[in-house]
Amino acid sequence: MKSTLLALSVALALSLSMTAHAEDAVTVKIGQSSPLTGPQAHIGKDNDNGVRLAIDEINATKPTIDGKVVTFEVMSEDDQADPKTATIVAQRMIDEGIVGVVGHLNSGATIPASKVYSDNNIPQISPSATAIKYTAQGYKTAFRVMTNDEQQGKVLGAYAAKLGKKVAIIDDQTAYGQGLAAEVEKAAKAAGAEVVAVEHTNDKATDFSAILTSIKGKTPDVIFFGGMDPQAAPIAKQMRQLGMKAQLLGGDGMQTPKFIELAGADADGAIASIPGLPIEKMPKGADFKKKFEEKYGQIQLYAPYAYDAAYVMVDAMKRANSTDPTKYLPELGKTSLEGVTGKISFDAKGDLTSGPITLYTVKGGKWETLETVQP
Amino acid sequence: MDIFAQQLVNGLVLGSVYALVALGYTLVYGILELINFAHGETTMMGSMIALAVIGALFGVAPDLPGIMIVLAGLLVAIPACMLLGYSIERVAYRPLRHAPRLAPLITAIGLSIVLQNVAMLIWGKQYIAFPTTLLPQGRHNVFGASITDVQIAILVLTVVIMFGLVTLVNRTRLGRAMRATAQAPAVAQLMGVNVNAVISSTFIIGSALAAIAGVMVSANYGQAHYYMGFLLGLKAFSAAVLGGIGNLAGAMLGGLLLGVLEALGAGYIGDLTGGFLGSHYQDIFAFLVLILVLTLKPSGLLGSRSVERA
Repeated sequence: MKSTLLALSVALALSLSMTAHAEDAVTVKIGQSSPLTGPQAHIGKDNDNGVRLAIDEINATKPTIDGKVVTFEVMSEDDQADPKTATIVAQRMIDEGIVGVVGHLNSGATIPASKVYSDNNIPQISPSATAIKYTAQGYKTAFRVMTNDEQQGKVLGAYAAKLGKKVAIIDDQTAYGQGLAAEVEKAAKAAGAEVVAVEHTNDKATDFSAILTSIKGKTPDVIFFGGMDPQAAPIAKQMRQLGMKAQLLGGDGMQTPKFIELAGADADGAIASIPGLPIEKMPKGADFKKKFEEKYGQIQLYAPYAYDAAYVMVDAMKRANSTDPTKYLPELGKTSLEGVTGKISFDAKGDLTSGPITLYTVKGGKWETLETVQP
Repeated sequence: MDIFAQQLVNGLVLGSVYALVALGYTLVYGILELINFAHGETTMMGSMIALAVIGALFGVAPDLPGIMIVLAGLLVAIPACMLLGYSIERVAYRPLRHAPRLAPLITAIGLSIVLQNVAMLIWGKQYIAFPTTLLPQGRHNVFGASITDVQIAILVLTVVIMFGLVTLVNRTRLGRAMRATAQAPAVAQLMGVNVNAVISSTFIIGSALAAIAGVMVSANYGQAHYYMGFLLGLKAFSAAVLGGIGNLAGAMLGGLLLGVLEALGAGYIGDLTGGFLGSHYQDIFAFLVLILVLTLKPSGLLGSRSVERA
């Protein structure tokens, strides 16, 4: 029994090495992970399509790395936007022999998975995680092609100061909300605004009348909320109920269709930001949109970033002339690429050196582009 | 002064909802000495069912007057919750009526989790919007405080319901049977009171109030969620204990007091403690009150030891 197994594996190994030599071609696996089931499945599949579009294009050019024609293969795994599942699929992809990963979609999944990739020295490029913590953990393998919350907070804080001299801040005490609010507070103060109130709530609350009344007494021009739409909507509503005239400002957690649905007419006039550019403002956006829509239909959200992330990874492999993670990882840090979403280069932490932020406002029940700010 | 008046209004609106839900706790406790922890979830169910009806009706006939659509939602939610309340009692509590008191309590907590998950399966984890255009959006100034039409309706409706309930318990045949059952179930039964029917009606009345409270909450905040009943239920329970559980007027008083206390607390704690404690401590007031009442005056503000229950 034992000897047959041995013979079989020797034969298998021989045949594998023979095919490799015979054709001088190799297949290299690149991982992709995002929620492919559940409420965010459409956004997760969008990332997957972005990566696949890039890899199909790259494969069509028959790239040679280290004298061999490389065919890239996408290995896509569902992390269900869940931190625990994210670490499990990360390990599964590593066991399958991926040389790098584009992912994950959510900060909550990206951060725990980043430890697994770092421990195994697998380069990771997230197309959409914005939490500051992701690249602040000191992992050499962690990169992102998306503006982070620190950059977003700086822009929002400066913008708040531009809207009015007195700024009040509310956050929902989550890693995202509090992190963003803290950056906004710093930036608003730096831009010369006075922060008249800092209030906290939680991510399950619906009654903000007491907090808002207390804030109303301090007559702010702007109220910034760091949190998600289920809280932002009743805040907008209760501001109107209390007859408050202050401008409501928020981050990407508030810039959702759900916010408008929940707040109804009270959403009108609210301003919120999203990291990155709207597709029509991206340097090669129109071209990408056409290619993508021909193949997969409408772009949901982060597909252009996932597409760029895949290109950045392959570009580093080409420059290193190796698909070995340990060899091309140093080259990843030196990336300088004109992507669909803009110019991509990384700082020492793996963040974008220039992250644009776009501000939107609600007009007639729809989010409309206000302006794009380059920090 | 404006701020103080506004916080008072905020508190009274919040407190009215607590009071309505607290009445449900207190009614059941008065008769069965059982804390029906699934009551908060009944409120949530009322809210969700009403929103489902409102959403469907709004989709089919958007030309109907908004108030009619909301009333239709309410009129479906109330009987649905009555049925739910009746079933809860029939299925989960009646078999345990002579069991040790811990058993129905644990069942109640279990039921609350089951109901949450049922709602999550039916309506998903998403927040559901209350179409805000349906109700009048007017806003008035009273002594410098701003109050909306919906909030005025909440206050008025709560007071009306309270009086209706007191009349029911003190003046009607059913009310007399309820009081008799509360005092001595065995004796009441010997005197020809159908104890099971009385207990069922208590659950049904409490659940109807919960449905109304649920619709009020979603109309005021513009949204509903499968998890909304949990904290609301706990706060209302605290309100019932504050007023003296088992006492109707006590539940009302406790609810209003708790609402005002929360609003004033959250509004002023930051300034009073120099920023050491912030408004994120809003939720502790209810539970602080609960602990204080239980240690200092376990019978509550208006509670007298099981003399005037139900």
